[in-house]
Amino acid sequence: MVNRKSLELWVGLFVAAGILALGMLAFKVGNLSTADVTDGYQIRANFDNVGGLKVKAAVTMAGVRVGRVTGISFDNKKYQAVVTMDVDGKFKIIPNDSSASILTSGLLGDQYIGLEPGGAEDYLKDGDVIRTTQSALVLEKLVGQVIFNKANEPGPAQ
Amino acid sequence: MSTIRTLGSIVINSVERLGRASMFLYEVITGSWELLRRFYLVVQQVYAVGVLTLLIILVSGLFVGMVLGLQGYNTLVKFGSANSLGLLVALSLVRELGPVVTALLFAGRAGSALTAEIGLMKATEQLAGMEMMAVNPVTRVIAPRFLGGVIAMPLLAALFSAIGVLGGHLVGVGLLGVDAGAFWSQMQNGVEYRDDILNGVIKSVVFGVVVSWIAVFEGYDAVPTSEGVASATNRTVVYSSLAVLGLDFILTALTLGEV
Repeated sequence: MVNRKSLELWVGLFVAAGILALGMLAFKVGNLSTADVTDGYQIRANFDNVGGLKVKAAVTMAGVRVGRVTGISFDNKKYQAVVTMDVDGKFKIIPNDSSASILTSGLLGDQYIGLEPGGAEDYLKDGDVIRTTQSALVLEKLVGQVIFNKANEPGPAQ
Repeated sequence: MSTIRTLGSIVINSVERLGRASMFLYEVITGSWELLRRFYLVVQQVYAVGVLTLLIILVSGLFVGMVLGLQGYNTLVKFGSANSLGLLVALSLVRELGPVVTALLFAGRAGSALTAEIGLMKATEQLAGMEMMAVNPVTRVIAPRFLGGVIAMPLLAALFSAIGVLGGHLVGVGLLGVDAGAFWSQMQNGVEYRDDILNGVIKSVVFGVVVSWIAVFEGYDAVPTSEGVASATNRTVVYSSLAVLGLDFILTALTLGEV
């Protein structure tokens, strides 16, 4: 059996290393350092079709992440999807006529919301609704359109 | 007729054993309060089950991470997304492999030792001797070992995952030429603090409680002979491995269900 001093030293080292590993997992592997939107504000947007958008998807402007999607619900009257998103408090000067579109990162990547700034002098506030939106592209509809167009083309003479 | 009777006796025996184990756990937890005054007993056990298990955990973590890096790269490169290697390695380690493999190794390395030690104490009537001296063996012997296991397990699992990620980095970035920036940034984008890392920690705490509980109970409940201690050690490893794998499925199903 080791003596008390070196035993305590070893246990102390072990616990410190374990806590350090937890810290590394949280900050270096996970996104604790960037995750939480602090003093953010909430905006909403209605879409005809959200496609594969999920809660926690990124909200970006010019490709930079400014917030995240916090909820997706269905509007019973307009038959539209209502997407609520938290925008980081650092980005308070987004014009209130900005438009939101659902985009896909890469060919098979996740879907996210891209904000396109407008030209208005007033800025989006907590609880505002984005008017101009563009829905997600649904692959089946695109394919259907292509086939439909092909069928209407005059074919080569038989 | 006799087969049905055997079945009945098996069921009754196992329910009885489970009941005894639960009452034992209650006794251990209530006995743990007194350890706050003599915390050095727990520190000693953290050394025995934690520090001495460290080497096997670190080595296996490193190699599991390196193998994940190799295997993941070969699959991901077919889809042209080798940059996601960091995400794959980190998620598999933090969510599943870290807690589970640590618990299995812990059961084999520390759990069996705990059972054998306590079982032998019982076989040589040291526990009975303590009771004769009005020392409660549950608070003096069992509870420190139980608490030591519960404290050590999450730390070991965190170390396993962390060194595994480094192993994946070593193979992915150093050997296979994945871009280091993409490796870490994809990982940070994809790994959620609450959903993934905290979940892994909760899993390892649950595994720590279950494995330590099984180990100390099997030792305390062992038939006090050499065969009895041998089969109790055997049961510890088998039961705790099965319990870890079964609980892992349940915990994963519970936490993934709501996302």
